[in-house]
Amino acid sequence: VFKRFVEIGRVAFISFGPHAGKLVAIVDVIDQNRALVDGPCSGVRRQAMPFKCMQLTDFVLKFPHSARQKCVRLAWEKENINEKWAATRWAKKIEAREKKAKMTDFDRYKVMKAKKMRNRIIKHEMKKLQRLAAKKGKKPEKPEKSEKPAKAPKSAKAQKAQKAQK
Amino acid sequence: MAGEKAAGEKKAAGEKKPGKKKTGEKKPAEQKAGQKEVGEKKKKIKKHHASRNPVLARGIGRYSRSAMYARKALYKRKYTAPETKIEKKKKEKPRATITKPVGGDKNGGSRVVKIRKMPRYYPTEDVPRKLLSHGKKPFCQHKRRLRASITPGTVLILLTGRHRGKRVVFLKQLATGLLLVTGPLAVNRVPLRRAHQKFVIATSTKVDISGVKIPKHLTDAYFKKKRLRKPKHQEGEIFDTEKEKYEITEQRKTDQKAVDSQILARIKKVPQLRGYLRSTFCLSNGVYPHKLVF
Repeated sequence: VFKRFVEIGRVAFISFGPHAGKLVAIVDVIDQNRALVDGPCSGVRRQAMPFKCMQLTDFVLKFPHSARQKCVRLAWEKENINEKWAATRWAKKIEAREKKAKMTDFDRYKVMKAKKMRNRIIKHEMKKLQRLAAKKGKKPEKPEKSEKPAKAPKSAKAQKAQKAQK
Repeated sequence: MAGEKAAGEKKAAGEKKPGKKKTGEKKPAEQKAGQKEVGEKKKKIKKHHASRNPVLARGIGRYSRSAMYARKALYKRKYTAPETKIEKKKKEKPRATITKPVGGDKNGGSRVVKIRKMPRYYPTEDVPRKLLSHGKKPFCQHKRRLRASITPGTVLILLTGRHRGKRVVFLKQLATGLLLVTGPLAVNRVPLRRAHQKFVIATSTKVDISGVKIPKHLTDAYFKKKRLRKPKHQEGEIFDTEKEKYEITEQRKTDQKAVDSQILARIKKVPQLRGYLRSTFCLSNGVYPHKLVF
């Protein structure tokens, strides 16, 4: 049921407060509500932090409890947490949200045009497959499942989206 | 003796001049005294008298202003600056009357007409004097401000007027503070027009208008609405004579072409900008203006 646990070395994402948006490692547990926390590679000083503002990630580091910052940093860099984090969907979603909020009016227009074009292509392909299926369906055969041609239009849209979100 | 005294006095007077401080010299000074006298008479600075107004207490003198005037003999000491040529010219009185020829029935001859005539009406009550006010300037002298986000070439979104929602290119700010703006006409049917700064959203999209030359005759007077004022009839037919239909003058068309041709060239360089200017701005569900970045 629970897959992520609070343990020494668990990397957590801070959701609110002065260090919102940063990653920290749990170094020690103080009491039921607080943990000693340290984020040497993310600019968070060693401090007590309530569990409520932390959200656990999948990463666990290996260091003994109450290890000093140097050890935490070594473990962090050994595991390359920063890069692994950037590759997770979680981090990508956050980034996409930020980019969307920063979009200017012109960017919104460009995204709208790109989306429109993409949907048109998809619809076109869908219609083609549906027509094929309808033809074959008249003959006594199993109708083919129509699939979205995923790759081609998505790549075009992804390129435009990247351009717009810059 | 007397001569010496006189010489002594005048020598003392000479002491007042800067750079001529010869207090101790008597014998050699006497020989030169004659020469000095002649020189000093021309530039005689009288020895300053001590105060003729004895002090009773600090800040309080014995004699009044008028008494002092008499004591100092200021009635004898009135100086005027020499009159310059400019002032002499100014003294020339302006022409008071003009002679005009008599026309009409009693033709021939001439009559004298006053240029500045007496008023034909005096009100019963004089207008009371107005109190002094400070810093109240007429509209033409007001300070015009422009938001920092609006620079030449910025794409603006018009919010009011018949072109509301349209995206438009900003050219310059006019003398009254209104913004000169163009569609361009070929793109979204907005001509060279004035827009008010307050009723406009400035986006961060800018078109490079560095080399564009805007004709100088595009001023507020050029854009001002024209109204006919010829009330020949008292009632009834007044509304027909006024211009109801606005006609586009040829000058407007040529000006529009001149400006737009330059701007369209620059718009085409930016991909998708033309389509952007053609579209209109609108809000939909979940879109909040305070959260949008323009």
